[in-house]
Amino acid sequence: MTGKEYRTITDVKGPLVFLNKTEPVAFGEIVELRLTDGTLKNGQVLDTSDDQVIVQVFEGTASIDKQTGIKFLGDVFKLPVSTDMIGRILDGAGRPRDGGPAIVADEMADIIGAAINPYSRQSPSSFIQTGISAIDACTSLVRGQKLPIFSASGLPHNDIALQIARQAKLVDSDDDFVVVFCAMGITAEEYNFFVHDLERTGALENACLFVNLADDPAVERLITPRLALTAAEYLAFEHDYHVLVIYTDMTNYCESLRQIGAAREEVPGRRGYPGYMYTDLAMLYERAGLVKGKKGSITQFPILTMPGDDITHPIPDLSGYITEGQIVISRELHQKGIYPPINVLPSLSRLMNAGIGDGKTREDHKSVSDQLYAAYAQGRELRGLVAIVGEDALNERDLQLLKFADIFEDQFLRQSRDEDRSIGEGTLDYAWKLLSNIDTKYLVRLDQKWIDKYHPTDKKE
Amino acid sequence: MSKENGVIYRISGPVVTAVGISPRMYEVVRVGDEGLMGEVIELHGDQSVIQVYEETSGVRPGEPVVRTGQTLSVQLGPGLLTKIYDGIQRPLPELEKTMGVFIKRGVDADGLDLEKIWDFNATAKKGDSVSSGDVIGTVQETKTIEHKVMVPPGVSGKIKDIKSGDFNVTQTVCTLEDGTEIQMMQKWPVRTPRPFTKKHAPEVPLQTGQRILDFLFPLAKGGTAGIPGPFGSGKTVTQQQLAKWSDADIVVYIGCGERGNEMTEVLDEFPHLMDPKTGEALMNRTTMIANTSNMPVAAREASVYTGITIAEYFRDMGYDVALMADSTSRWAEAMREISSRLEEMPGEEGYPAYLSSRLAEFYERAGRVETLAGGDGSVSVIGAVSPPGGDISEPVSQGTLRIVKVFWGLDAGLARQRHFPAINWLNSYSLYPPSLDQWYRDNIKGDFPEIRTEISALLQVEAELQEIVQLVGSDALPVDQQLTLEVARMIREFFLQQNAFHDVDTYSDLKLQYNMAKAILSFQEESKKAIAGGAALEDVVNIPARTDLMRGRFESGYEDKIDEMLEAMNKQIADTMEAN
Repeated sequence: MTGKEYRTITDVKGPLVFLNKTEPVAFGEIVELRLTDGTLKNGQVLDTSDDQVIVQVFEGTASIDKQTGIKFLGDVFKLPVSTDMIGRILDGAGRPRDGGPAIVADEMADIIGAAINPYSRQSPSSFIQTGISAIDACTSLVRGQKLPIFSASGLPHNDIALQIARQAKLVDSDDDFVVVFCAMGITAEEYNFFVHDLERTGALENACLFVNLADDPAVERLITPRLALTAAEYLAFEHDYHVLVIYTDMTNYCESLRQIGAAREEVPGRRGYPGYMYTDLAMLYERAGLVKGKKGSITQFPILTMPGDDITHPIPDLSGYITEGQIVISRELHQKGIYPPINVLPSLSRLMNAGIGDGKTREDHKSVSDQLYAAYAQGRELRGLVAIVGEDALNERDLQLLKFADIFEDQFLRQSRDEDRSIGEGTLDYAWKLLSNIDTKYLVRLDQKWIDKYHPTDKKE
Repeated sequence: MSKENGVIYRISGPVVTAVGISPRMYEVVRVGDEGLMGEVIELHGDQSVIQVYEETSGVRPGEPVVRTGQTLSVQLGPGLLTKIYDGIQRPLPELEKTMGVFIKRGVDADGLDLEKIWDFNATAKKGDSVSSGDVIGTVQETKTIEHKVMVPPGVSGKIKDIKSGDFNVTQTVCTLEDGTEIQMMQKWPVRTPRPFTKKHAPEVPLQTGQRILDFLFPLAKGGTAGIPGPFGSGKTVTQQQLAKWSDADIVVYIGCGERGNEMTEVLDEFPHLMDPKTGEALMNRTTMIANTSNMPVAAREASVYTGITIAEYFRDMGYDVALMADSTSRWAEAMREISSRLEEMPGEEGYPAYLSSRLAEFYERAGRVETLAGGDGSVSVIGAVSPPGGDISEPVSQGTLRIVKVFWGLDAGLARQRHFPAINWLNSYSLYPPSLDQWYRDNIKGDFPEIRTEISALLQVEAELQEIVQLVGSDALPVDQQLTLEVARMIREFFLQQNAFHDVDTYSDLKLQYNMAKAILSFQEESKKAIAGGAALEDVVNIPARTDLMRGRFESGYEDKIDEMLEAMNKQIADTMEAN
């Protein structure tokens, strides 16, 4: 059905082009626009009827006039996929950005991606060691999970994401991860930082990048993560790779979604974001997981910056309802100079229990994690009390907990950007050592048998 | 019925407009060359607006639209239990067989296995006069559940012929004198409540084994409850606990727009769970509906209706059914999404103006009823709500709270302290105790309601004292108030906290709950005496027997040992007096 070119544009509004009476055009069909100066742009059909077709233009509508020719390409958006994508840098629409040749397609894959039948999923249960104690001990990540980083502007979420990408490994097998990195509207500087770091560590050879920068078309951002996930699915479920998908920044993606919604004059939901944002985000996040009978897996690390550090903002809020937990970056810890500034209290990994324990990490993991959590939470609460009544009013137990909160932040959380702690010696044993600053009788979350087995005999440092 | 063919005029996401047909409202139509399933949701001049249950990309104007003459219906009959369906009753394992691990479109699958042979055991006989809802025979559907084959609504007459034996669900098992043939399978439109004779007041509690729920905020059989809570506060775990442990005969679990991995966990776990009453797999009494967040939004909208229709069908057999919907907010969002595609005038926060009436209609399908056959059956509905930012002033929470009689308010703060279930005891409520108290007096203990009142009063007092403690520290309080704080802490840590993942602690029956509450009050009373007799508060609080009593709940056989432990505790408390 190629060939016919229409010049029936009636309206152009924001990123949208409206045109009259065409042949029957499919919903979701890909469109090529030829400007009067010969420039080509791409778009996709958002609404189609006998009388009118609405096209969303990925590169923006600048210079489009009513003489612009529009060709419908007869198919929905497909990405050429192949294992050659590993080691490549592609732009936000899937074209090479690294000066290399076009991807020779093994297959053309529909980028919308069908939902995985819940019955066909396999429960994620393999622990991934990130080498970061705060994550490994308290919000353990498992293969097939989607665990976003809730951050805010000015915080080192990129460093954390990179550290995870660099250090992530499975403890129960030698399989390596392939990283699919998806940039949405980040600055060239941030992008260079990522690429430079991946190059420095040699990880680039094992990565596939999809890049839409801040000055690239905003509308293109809506397809970039879909491309990345399509590539990830292909690698995971056709070629048995374990894929780690990092995308940044989801907030920019949602802004683009809102932009399109506004241009279509849709009825907005909260804060102007479209009412279907939950479904739209779910269509991305839910493309993580494992399926029965396939070796590969997709683990997702979306990064989002919370506008105004507000966790109830629609973007983190809707994300939190879909993802399996969250890692929350804290400005307070960052300002104290602690890296990684992960606040473990509001952080959560919903799949943690399935991935830890005897035979996976260590038998005492759950108890230790609960105890760290409880002691740190109480210690932090006491800080508030001390601010009012002073330390003198505290009893021995409270004093120890108060002190522990500082030790926890300063020694357990804090680690350097290239420090890779193993779960057993590096993280759990270390936790025991720090916990020994508290009298054993106050460690109520620890089973006696673990105390007997793991508590360092040289109590108190 | 006239079958007409029309064509597609417009496609906008899941909403398709067709011309050239004049269907009825809510009629099911087949859309496009692939025959995608859709439902008519608006008639507008010569245009029919259709919500399509499958992904629409690639569909073009001009493709055919075919009427089916039927409204969206489910197939009801033996074979519903142990099944896992999507939102429009397609069995997910069947879909996997026909299209692999990814859900593609245009595939039809029957809700019931039409080929499977069941052993039908006729209980009515030739010459009997039967009418709608009367049981004419039974089928042992699973090890624990006997499926009752009923005369479909709207049918009555004298039985001309009925026979026991092996049949599939579409074969005729009974013929009436007017020639009506009755099969084991019947169909029912999901948006229409199934008929019953009358509604009863709820008088029997739905026992869940969850202490805070059963003891402080009970739900009645046939009642409605809402669980609002921000993400991470434990809504899903609570819903799953209810699905596992509630003493309903049948459980219908609707995963509506939730996480795929979580649904998989349920699917993996349920077949291995044993029913504490029968010792058989819990799956034998369960039907699940899984429409995850990335599955088509229109099917999500339909999923709660599919679920409640199945629940009503088992109610009509005289069973107590518990239905969990996780989460109704996703259902409401599906309505919002479709409404906005229809360009309807929105109400609050973009939700359609009919949101609260839809919620009310849904919850109103719960209830304890006298069935058409004269028996007693109930549907209890427990809906999770996921308010944005945990703020329950939003329309879905508010619309739900206006209808439900029980409110289990989940609290992010409690969840953060790892107090689970993170149900806030100060703002949760249940309106059922007055109508259930008689049952407790008759079946558990005469003073059950009074003990409950004392426990909640203590928690209330604690909240007030805590405000003072925040300012001046607990040492500044008089000894009796310090004791009250200690007792309240015991209520919280020993009684309200319950570990869903612990083999023993995960379930406590009402009798044990009563004994535990009694033990706490007994501690308070004995301690008061001891302190009045000169004992130091610290000594009383630190007696080892109290820790034993509290830790005991993690050991099996606790219900037999608790009295003994209580005695030991009381003795040690008394001893503290002599020590001084």
